[in-house]
Amino acid sequence: MNDNGLNLLENLDYSVVQQCMHCGMCLPACPTYDATLLERSSPRGRIAMMRAIADGDLQASKVFAEEMYFCLGCLACQTACPAGVDYATLFENARAEVERQGLLNSPVRDFVRRWTLGWLFAKRSRLHRLGRSLRFFQRSGLQTLVRKSGLLRLMPWGLGALEPLTPEINERFTDQLYRQDLKKKNPSAAKYQVALLAGCIQDIAFAEVNADTICALQHNHCEVLLPEAQECCGSLHGHNGELDTAKRLARINIDAFNAEDLDAVIVNSGGCGSHIKHYEHLLADDAEYAERAKEWSRKVRDIHEFLVEIELRTPECKLPAQQVTYHESCHLKHGQKVSDAPREVLRAVPGLQLIELTEADWCCGSAGIYNITQPEMSMQLLDRKMSHVRATGAKIVATGNPGCAIQIAHGGQRADVPVQVVHPVSLLAAAYRAEKQGES
Amino acid sequence: MDNLALIKGLASFLREDQLLTSDEDLSVYAFDGTAMLHNRPACVVLPERGEEVAQILALCNKKAVPVVARGSGTGLAGGAVPSEGGVVLCLVRLNKIIELDAANLVMVCEPGVLTQKVADEALAAGLFYPPDPGSIKISTIGGNVANNSGGLRGLKYGVTRDYVMGLEVVLADGQILETGNKCVKDVAGFALKDLFIGSEGMLGVITKVILKLVPAPASKKTLLGLYDDMTQAAETVSAIIENKIIPCTLEFLDRTTIECVESYAKIGLPTDCEAVLLMEVDGHPAEVDEQAAQIEKIARQGGAREVRLAATVEEGLRLASARRTAFSALARLAPTVVLEDVTVPRSELARMVAYVQGVGERHQVKVGTFGHMGDGNLHPTFLCDERNKEEMARVEKAMEEVFSFAVELGGTITGEHGVGLAKKSFLPKQLGPVGMDVLKRVKIAFDPVGILNPGNMFD
Repeated sequence: MNDNGLNLLENLDYSVVQQCMHCGMCLPACPTYDATLLERSSPRGRIAMMRAIADGDLQASKVFAEEMYFCLGCLACQTACPAGVDYATLFENARAEVERQGLLNSPVRDFVRRWTLGWLFAKRSRLHRLGRSLRFFQRSGLQTLVRKSGLLRLMPWGLGALEPLTPEINERFTDQLYRQDLKKKNPSAAKYQVALLAGCIQDIAFAEVNADTICALQHNHCEVLLPEAQECCGSLHGHNGELDTAKRLARINIDAFNAEDLDAVIVNSGGCGSHIKHYEHLLADDAEYAERAKEWSRKVRDIHEFLVEIELRTPECKLPAQQVTYHESCHLKHGQKVSDAPREVLRAVPGLQLIELTEADWCCGSAGIYNITQPEMSMQLLDRKMSHVRATGAKIVATGNPGCAIQIAHGGQRADVPVQVVHPVSLLAAAYRAEKQGES
Repeated sequence: MDNLALIKGLASFLREDQLLTSDEDLSVYAFDGTAMLHNRPACVVLPERGEEVAQILALCNKKAVPVVARGSGTGLAGGAVPSEGGVVLCLVRLNKIIELDAANLVMVCEPGVLTQKVADEALAAGLFYPPDPGSIKISTIGGNVANNSGGLRGLKYGVTRDYVMGLEVVLADGQILETGNKCVKDVAGFALKDLFIGSEGMLGVITKVILKLVPAPASKKTLLGLYDDMTQAAETVSAIIENKIIPCTLEFLDRTTIECVESYAKIGLPTDCEAVLLMEVDGHPAEVDEQAAQIEKIARQGGAREVRLAATVEEGLRLASARRTAFSALARLAPTVVLEDVTVPRSELARMVAYVQGVGERHQVKVGTFGHMGDGNLHPTFLCDERNKEEMARVEKAMEEVFSFAVELGGTITGEHGVGLAKKSFLPKQLGPVGMDVLKRVKIAFDPVGILNPGNMFD
């Protein structure tokens, strides 16, 4: 918690609040305004409330707090805003202020937050330990037993509904894969030296995406490092009002990576990428780290962005012809403005036909932990997404963020749309690997 | 009257989610798209049927409570800023397209439908709804009618008024008036619908609109002329019109505006020239090709440094969409953006543009200018900070001079945004005592108690 006793909105640089000239251009881009047609659930309305609080004309109340957590934080408003309002900063400070004042405190919520944000996601080793137990649970048959028992319905706060959204935990996590196998495949005369942020969920439930990312980079003259001391990127904390923890994690990662010595810090999750690219802003007031954070932000690249930048090599093989559609992770598109590069990666894979998805950049409702905290709105968005997916006829949905991947896979079951959800880079890596098999 | 009784009265026929009274809600409906103006209402109501609008107005009229109607709240003259302690009548939930009648080239819809949706639905049927205000993506058709909105295509296609065939209007006392119909010709009685178009919510509340559609043009071409001198751009516009070519769009942006738009849209606009002309022609393909070639020639003769032709329809669209962001993009330079819309006869354009530049320099105020050069409608935009009182006083002075000069040239203080609260002090100068008196008599005839947007346009 932020214990400095200052109202974060009152003390925020006023020009950030004032940048919004309430023209309303953000309204049609906002999923919560679209659903409610209420000003308070629009970016312009939320900023107006923040400004009123900063001006002392409005008390930060429970209504305000709930509104800040009803916001998806998808940042579609930032893409729509011609005036260049930094909504991400406003939103993070508003949520942090909600937590500082304890406006939504309740025993269950406090417990869950302490346990997840304060403990589990604050240290990677803890997540690894939990991951192993969870895998045991999933493999042992206990999960099936629990599902049948109806025990989940007894869980508080709708957490039972979350169970189908729990991803399957991998047998081996990224660092094991790297040590045992991937590290050896680094090219001897590499053109670039890069390091990978393994992430948290990506690391234990999508370790193969990390392996595929490393593989794709190695096929493009990169030596890939996996710094051992890295931690969770801190986006979960930053977006949920725990700015101090977010800052601590940022400092640990900056120390772990030494971006100064690298050509790039590679990230393959849209959410993490959007957050770590703005370490520069997060640590702007940190005398010791401000400069290094600037250098870090300069070096961070989303995997697609980097591959396109270094002119990725087109795989020399043909995968079976198949149709794929692309869902844009909000934080990749709106947070990082990376939109064409993932499509270019997909187009580079021989045999793939890219079918454009209607409203490709409209939030799928995953939004970090939004599908847990706001299940109703989240599922409404997911159903909308799945109806567009169905219309493409594609059997593969590619997306560059683990949260979206889990959500859309769940949506496939929920709406009975049989789709396989993959990361674009996994399709590319598969093509590179197929090349080798062709040779031998 | 006291708030409690009012809210209780409204609650007797509205659901809880249709009647907002929390501090949070009142603070977010306190303003529209206009800089600096805000007022706290007593409550916000969100009717879902025309009958509810009638009930709301009947109650407010009986109790003499001010009512300010609004849609998306994108207005730029303060016309949707609530009256202190009054009711905000937000019409966004009346958002159904009732009918697209292709046989009569007509669309019937509710006022809360977004103008973009009107245009999209028409286009899906091969038809065209031409008025396209800069805020088309979010402004509502009801708001467009109430303000007689213009847009980028005014030169060739006219403004909202030219496409309204009929209206359903709830009068101040709650009675429902139907005026106009689907007929192209209709002279039965006074053209009452015309009074409501541009009435800024002061004569009644529009609950249904009958819109005229036209066949969609088969082809369109977009050109961009780059100039090192603003006067040359203005002269090109005159030359195009003298040559009897009526493009659908003839927009210009000055250097300041170009820089802001490019910094947002990143579509490769040149940031090293003094003016850019965005020119579009539409119609039959052969005619479009011929006119585009003629325009290119005229622009070059007029001194354009370069003339670019958009290679694809998408590129043309990107250019036009970028232009629509001009007003908001200017906020990149200053927190407070005061946008005006003086309009002069086209022959006076060059003088007006030069005058605006001079005013900015004289009062040391940063001004970005863009606008619809083809129809004489300029958008001098003052970039300032509302917290700097001394600067705001200079802006006020500069604005006054711009308005006066426009009137002197036979122009108007507002071409398309409306008078609202922002320009009401300048209105008498343009209309004179007789004009003002007739306005007030019309107002009293329709709204004797004075509940509809009181204090707007005049006191």
